[in-house]
Amino acid sequence: MVEEEGFRRYIAHIILWIGIAIVAFPVYLAFVASTQDNAVIANGQMSLLPGGHFFQTYYQTIFIGTSGSTREPVGNMMLNSLVMALLIALGKIAVSIISAYAIVYFRFPFRMALFWLIFITLMLPVEVRIYPTYKIVADLHMLDSYAGLSLPLIASATATLLFRQFFMTVPDELLEASRIDGAGPFRFFWDTLLPLSRTNMAALFVILFILGWNQYLWPLLITTRDDMQTIQIGIRKMITTTDALTEWPIVMATAVLAMLPPVFVVVAMQKLFVRGLVETEK
Amino acid sequence: MQKQAIFQSKLLPYALVAPQLAIVLIFFYWPALQAMIQSFLLQDAFGLSTSFVWFENYIELFKEPAYFEAILRTFFFSFAIAVSSLSFALLLAVMADKPLRGSMLYRTLLIWPYAVAPPVVGVLWIFMLHPSLGVLSRYLRALGIDWNPLLDGDQAAALIILAAAWKQISYNFLFFLAGLQSIPRSVIEAAAIDGARPMRRFWTVIFPLLSPTIFFLLVVNIVYAFFDTFGIIDTMTRGGPGKSTETLVYKVYTDGLLGGNLGSSAAQSVILMIMVIVLTGIQFRFVERKVTY
Amino acid sequence: MANVTLRSVRKTYPGGFEAIKGVDVDVGDGQFCVLVGPSGCGKSTLLRMVAGLETVTGGEIDIGGRVVNGVEPADRDIAMVFQNYALYPHMSVYNNMAYGLRNRGMAEAEIKTRVEEAARVLELSAMLERKPRQLSGGQRQRVAMGRAIVRQPKVFLFDEPLSNLDAKLRIAMRVEIRKLQRRLNTTSIYVTHDQLEAMTLADILVVMNGGQVEQIGNPLDIYEKPATTFVASFIGAPPMNLVSTRPEEIRLQLAGSNAADAGILGIRPEDFVITDETPDGGIALALTVEAIERVGAETFVYGSREQEDQRVAATPGELPPGEVIVRIPGTQAPAIGARIRVAAVRAKLHLFSGDGRKRIEA
Repeated sequence: MVEEEGFRRYIAHIILWIGIAIVAFPVYLAFVASTQDNAVIANGQMSLLPGGHFFQTYYQTIFIGTSGSTREPVGNMMLNSLVMALLIALGKIAVSIISAYAIVYFRFPFRMALFWLIFITLMLPVEVRIYPTYKIVADLHMLDSYAGLSLPLIASATATLLFRQFFMTVPDELLEASRIDGAGPFRFFWDTLLPLSRTNMAALFVILFILGWNQYLWPLLITTRDDMQTIQIGIRKMITTTDALTEWPIVMATAVLAMLPPVFVVVAMQKLFVRGLVETEK
Repeated sequence: MQKQAIFQSKLLPYALVAPQLAIVLIFFYWPALQAMIQSFLLQDAFGLSTSFVWFENYIELFKEPAYFEAILRTFFFSFAIAVSSLSFALLLAVMADKPLRGSMLYRTLLIWPYAVAPPVVGVLWIFMLHPSLGVLSRYLRALGIDWNPLLDGDQAAALIILAAAWKQISYNFLFFLAGLQSIPRSVIEAAAIDGARPMRRFWTVIFPLLSPTIFFLLVVNIVYAFFDTFGIIDTMTRGGPGKSTETLVYKVYTDGLLGGNLGSSAAQSVILMIMVIVLTGIQFRFVERKVTY
Repeated sequence: MANVTLRSVRKTYPGGFEAIKGVDVDVGDGQFCVLVGPSGCGKSTLLRMVAGLETVTGGEIDIGGRVVNGVEPADRDIAMVFQNYALYPHMSVYNNMAYGLRNRGMAEAEIKTRVEEAARVLELSAMLERKPRQLSGGQRQRVAMGRAIVRQPKVFLFDEPLSNLDAKLRIAMRVEIRKLQRRLNTTSIYVTHDQLEAMTLADILVVMNGGQVEQIGNPLDIYEKPATTFVASFIGAPPMNLVSTRPEEIRLQLAGSNAADAGILGIRPEDFVITDETPDGGIALALTVEAIERVGAETFVYGSREQEDQRVAATPGELPPGEVIVRIPGTQAPAIGARIRVAAVRAKLHLFSGDGRKRIEA
């Protein structure tokens, strides 16, 4: 429109850049801090520009760890986070897609009851049932295990709902044509449905991976061994100690590293990410 | 609800649903049930015997002024976080919705914070606003503010609200952008031709048509403020100073793990469960009634 | 009431695409101007530039003697009816129509009078409290018109308002729009891709193609004397037959006229008669009947000529028509496969230069 020319445009650009600055500033600061010397930081004299300690700090962070309460190298913790996030994302997708398949494409007693049973899990995040879940995991001897880390988080229904919605939009003709071609339930699923679901699966994967990577309270409770900690716990533990002992560059480097994989996933798979967010919230 | 074309197997569907069902039963319903049962129990100081006390835990809870304070505090935080985050995100989305050059770039640059985990958010912000070495603290002190969130309860609350709102900006921005883009351009053009300037267009046409999105985001933000802020609080203030940043979910944690009062903690969990169910229920019902134009 | 003048109007998009390549149009006060052309010709873009919804890269747009290039849509005193109606979904019919008046600060009492009057004219009085989603397509269209009428603007703009209606409704609404416009005597600019709509509605017809004006004028003038082969085949249905003048058969018949310079000969299907005689100075063709279409009041005969490689397209780059079309009144028609002879009088011949861009008077 005519009025969108001129200074209104500039204002829009300016506001957006202010927004970007606000959003990016804390992260930028963290990066700067991770390249500076701890003494300088502790004095409150840190400048706003990166310092020269980049390689040294990051090397120490990834491979050696702090001398504080976590003696675990961050590299290890990232591995734990990675395994957990992957297990959660992939596990949830796998378990949900076959559930949704059953609910949509078969008719059996208690079908709707089972669906509602699964659906209700949408409502309650893990924080609400935290202690009993802990007790059960402990009883099953799954503390400090990858299984224990991921299984309880696979329990909610978002993915099932998404797949169900998607399957409902797949034309019946496809199934009928498959059956005429002699395909049974497995063939149909594997040859037809699965390829069609690819984009949905990818979008879900992005969201679930981030969810899994960013988990905090649950891993905090069920890991007792240092070497099973995820990176989110690591960060937390690093600043528990009194300020005098906090090695800020390492803490900040850890923060930066903790952000890298999920941010990378979001940016690289932006379209899928946006689609995944919008679809799962419907 | 059911497709017309289906398979005839009788056993296969059960086998397919079984894995998810098993996980859901073991890790969701069983613990939820346990939480409810636990809320009716009271353990003695040594954990040696447990007695069934009916609703005593709940009554104790409601007699506790700290609990009501926690409820009020949680709601206050939620609204503060929701309102500040939503307003700023809406502003950004409206700006980004214009046909500007590089709008794709703007979108990318504004959505990545979604990926930042709550504890990391906490670490970033406590570093920025740390009383002694925080970069922003310097400027605050220069403005004459005696900034020490580790001692001042109100400042600690402000810190949590700021950090939590910051994290939610990109999520809200995304949904607002999607909502704005679903409004047909021709309706906005018609309003322009009908004599409405940009501001008037926004309040009389765009905002009403955006209201389903706004409501949806409001509920989501509130639920987020209830639970996902745990990581932020735990890394920044740990509920202090003096309980000024202890939200309901954090209280469940401290009373249970640190205080050892499992019964009360379980009762709080159950109450939280009910609150969330009510909130999500409201959201679903409203979304059902949401009209598509 | 006002006239609308476009002077050398151009529009180039930021990427470099030139959508409007220099257009001059003069619409007098109270006149009904129709912009017609195929998809992508720029007619909607031009209309939107008059509305202020698109910016002008070059030239001037003048409404009522005032240059409006930089003026916001809200201040141009125009009203527009959109193709998909663009009604405010969250407002009642009454409020949809009242919105524009409220924006101008009109008193509620007067708004009420105007809206109710317009509703009466458009037969919407029973629906004032309903929301758009409760209305049918035709009703929504009338609300869109009502919204435009109550404003009593200087200019009405219509962007293919009838395209989303079914055929019968379209014809009825077409007539209503014309009657309404005559009554209100408001200058109107109307965009459509349907040449029939264009012919029946326009006082001034502007035929556009590829961002340029092919011809401006009275619809019947354009029908009788198309300026280019594009206009010739766009206006009038079935389209004009276009053949190259190179073959001996044609050239001989055209000898002794300006036909020597012409490259293309056009004859409308309705100007052919099936006869063995050849009128003086006219043209005759031998055809083999390939297909017959009977529509009740008339019949269309599709015939092929021997030299098929002499067919010509209306616009360079397009596929030429397959056959020569002949229109016969009534239902009597030759059999398929029959060999017939058709002829047209000199006065009904249209001659164009070889590139189709210039009309040559015989």
